[in-house]
Amino acid sequence: MELLERFAAGDTDAFEGLFRQHQREVYAWIVRIVRDSGAAEDLTVETFWRIYRARDRFDPHGNFRAWMRRIATNAALDHLKRVRPETELTGDFPSPVRGDPAIRDELRRHITRAFLELPVKYRLVATLALIEEEPYTEIAQATGISVALVKVRIFRAVRMLRKKLNFLRLEAASK
Amino acid sequence: MNNHEDDKELRALLKQAFPPIQDTELQRDLWPQMLRRMDEHPPLHVPWFDWVLAAGTVAALLIFPGAIPALLYHL
Repeated sequence: MELLERFAAGDTDAFEGLFRQHQREVYAWIVRIVRDSGAAEDLTVETFWRIYRARDRFDPHGNFRAWMRRIATNAALDHLKRVRPETELTGDFPSPVRGDPAIRDELRRHITRAFLELPVKYRLVATLALIEEEPYTEIAQATGISVALVKVRIFRAVRMLRKKLNFLRLEAASK
Repeated sequence: MNNHEDDKELRALLKQAFPPIQDTELQRDLWPQMLRRMDEHPPLHVPWFDWVLAAGTVAALLIFPGAIPALLYHL
């Protein structure tokens, strides 16, 4: 019997095989969304826990990687909804130092604030498309929406960001 | 400045504020953590006689619906 068939039948050894085969890929995907290595490790385990519990519903002839990535994306999305924006995306990945530090820090603060205030579903798509430069088809598959809707969400995210930044500039100018 | 240029500038600023993650390599094997999770939440196993008891109760209530208030009283 194939590994996926054994997994779907509830074989724990088959599940371990799949886990070891895919844990790095799942982690790499999640860490790019949540930008926190500790949270990404926990969410990798959470993803496989959801996979394990849903094994009865998995079609062994289906695309395991696509299914797994969708579950991983949902786990990351749930995490983004739970975590307070102030503590989000700061993690252990500092930005490169460029230009006047004072201006750079101010701008970074404004952009960070505006980005973190985006609704989570827009932030997820914007992170993957604008920051990580993932192809739209990959994003669509991982989030379970159409490519057209991915484009719409990116457009709206950019529009919302522009509005927020204009507002923040006005706010800063009035002080 | 038109919207297109504005968008390009915005995207560039965004990438400066949130540079793409370079190190996406998992530093340790997470299988021990996974095993712990599975041990903490073992799959729910219902003994066969519980299923028989439940099926018997449902059948009895279908045959004697008048027994439902008595059953509810004793719950």
